Amino acid sequence: MQALYAQLLVGLINGSFYALLSLGLAVIFGMLNIINFAHGALYMMGAFVAYFLLNLGGINYWWALLIAPVIVGIFGMILERTMLQWLAGLDHLYGLLLTFGIALIVQGVFQNYFGSSGLPYSIPDQLKGGVNLGFMFLPIYRGWVVIFSLVVCLATWFLIEKTQLGAYLRAATENPTLVRAFGINVPRMITLTYGLGVGLAALAGVLSAPINQVRPLMGADLIIVVFAVVVIGGMGSIMGSIITGFALGVIEGLTKYFYPEASNTVVFVLMVVVLLVKPTGLTGRAA
Amino acid sequence: MRNTISALLLGTAMVLSVAGVASADDKTVKIGVLSDQSGLYADLAGPGSTLAAQMAIEDSGLKAKGWTIDLISGDHQNKPDIGTTIARQWFDVDKVDTIVDVPNSGVALAVNNVVKEKNGVYINSGAATSDLTNAQCTPNTVHWTYDTYMLAHATGQALVKAGGDTWFFLTADYAFGAALERDTTAVITANGGKVVGGVKHPLNTADFSSFLLQAQASKAKIIGLANAGGDTTNSIKQAAEFGIVKGGQKLAALLLFLTDVKAIGLETAQGLNFTETFYWDLNDNTRAFSKRFSERMKNSAPPTMVQAGVYAGLLHYFKALEALGGNPHDGAKVVAKMKTIPTDDPLFGKGEVEANGRVTHDAYLFEVKKPSESKGPWDFYKLVGTVPGNQAFTPLDKSACALLKK
Repeated sequence: MQALYAQLLVGLINGSFYALLSLGLAVIFGMLNIINFAHGALYMMGAFVAYFLLNLGGINYWWALLIAPVIVGIFGMILERTMLQWLAGLDHLYGLLLTFGIALIVQGVFQNYFGSSGLPYSIPDQLKGGVNLGFMFLPIYRGWVVIFSLVVCLATWFLIEKTQLGAYLRAATENPTLVRAFGINVPRMITLTYGLGVGLAALAGVLSAPINQVRPLMGADLIIVVFAVVVIGGMGSIMGSIITGFALGVIEGLTKYFYPEASNTVVFVLMVVVLLVKPTGLTGRAA
Repeated sequence: MRNTISALLLGTAMVLSVAGVASADDKTVKIGVLSDQSGLYADLAGPGSTLAAQMAIEDSGLKAKGWTIDLISGDHQNKPDIGTTIARQWFDVDKVDTIVDVPNSGVALAVNNVVKEKNGVYINSGAATSDLTNAQCTPNTVHWTYDTYMLAHATGQALVKAGGDTWFFLTADYAFGAALERDTTAVITANGGKVVGGVKHPLNTADFSSFLLQAQASKAKIIGLANAGGDTTNSIKQAAEFGIVKGGQKLAALLLFLTDVKAIGLETAQGLNFTETFYWDLNDNTRAFSKRFSERMKNSAPPTMVQAGVYAGLLHYFKALEALGGNPHDGAKVVAKMKTIPTDDPLFGKGEVEANGRVTHDAYLFEVKKPSESKGPWDFYKLVGTVPGNQAFTPLDKSACALLKK
């Protein structure tokens, strides 16, 4: 029974990464109608920026949490301005193919320069060590990841669903022409939204740098699972993707305990089941 | 009538060309380096293996003696189907004589069958499974650098004798992990130890915390990592995070490469015990080769033991070709010749190619240095023991290889 608690908690930790990443995807899909396959590559870039900040600039983890998302977010906004914006109104497939291509290029470039086995990034001193919870030894850093990402997820949800800015955004998705008639710069808002989604991916990258290796393929390994999370939660649903992210982390954690060989596939099995029963995803609305 | 004539002509031409290729003093060789070029084993093999093969060709001196040696490389992406497709194409279309490297035991075993079917030469350096020279041995295969039996015996025995008598395995869920766990378990039980549990994890897992918690709960003295590359580095890093080593359990990285230690960082990796058959800083010969090698590597990395094995294996292959006076394009014949010549090269020293295709040479027990002991960017290992070549690998009377039962 003790082992079970531990697995639940570990699942929650992985779930926070799924939640952060699928949240970014959901924001981008909901507001821009783009299936952002470059998300994994941007997540990886976040981790690399943190690594460079530390090793070249001597800038520590805490500043990296702030700076890396901004840098990668700006990179994302340049992508949106120069390439993605021309795909507005076209079939989803075009956006998917373009972003997939971007992902391959970015990964290829990083792999060319940094190899595949990764670079070390250590846990910040303030978060080293762990606490004994009785049923498990919880590294403080992991606890921090869960709490921090939960806060970020809820803040993003609040921003989009409950504020004036979020209302403009949602309106612009429904009817861009009308919103523009009210004097709101819709293209700029779209760019900023993409930047926000990308920034969330980079933030997840910084968070994961001390846990995993900073590797060029770290995003490619994760992104497929995250897409499954988004599909299960319902494309474009903000709260749906947060809840599904955490829930699937827990389910995956339990699978690792009861039948470890299936831990890589359980998410996809669930995805198939959900698609068969409710094709719009658990919280999605019919189009 | 005209069709018949042209068919006859064509037939004659084909016979002539085949006869031309098969003549004894043919001095053309084509080598294919089949490796993981971009995945989790790309740093320990990959482009570095291609460079090692290139250097072996240059250092063999055969070009000056009138030989033409071509080199191509391919990416098997850690998928057996892709590996065999490339191997078939190389033999059928590109007329490759020899395939070298092939890390990833799953791919290596699949390619093993293709090479035998096509009667090529197979010098495997990157794969670990001892099955290549046991149940699945062929007259075309030479397994150069290391294998699971060697790893299990050297590291496993040392740890059990040092008091680590209860084990829990984290095993990569494919041919290599299974072979390594099997071979290590045999060593543990033979030395009076016990395996108390284990988990099989999928290849290329990012998060090991669930598995590590199970290992922690098992209270085993040793947690055996029967995995490789990124899986091993992630396990070690996260084990440190969960306070496993501080809690009194010891990690046994059954297979650890130089590039893995680099990726983990000495801070976390210090004190780990493991076995390799090559290290760049072993002696003057290895240092000289490594210097030349790293100057040509993109990231200035010294060679790993897999890349060193590609170099040394090819040097030995060239010796056999030279002794034959030409390339017979008959894999079994060349490998038979390789088995008659004792191996002796600057990187692995003296040894032999045994009848089952297993190459024997010394194996070294290393310990990862403390950060304070390291004097350079790749100064990672301390030598703590040497297992002589004739004891490190499967004894021939225990090998299940059918070639030995003549």
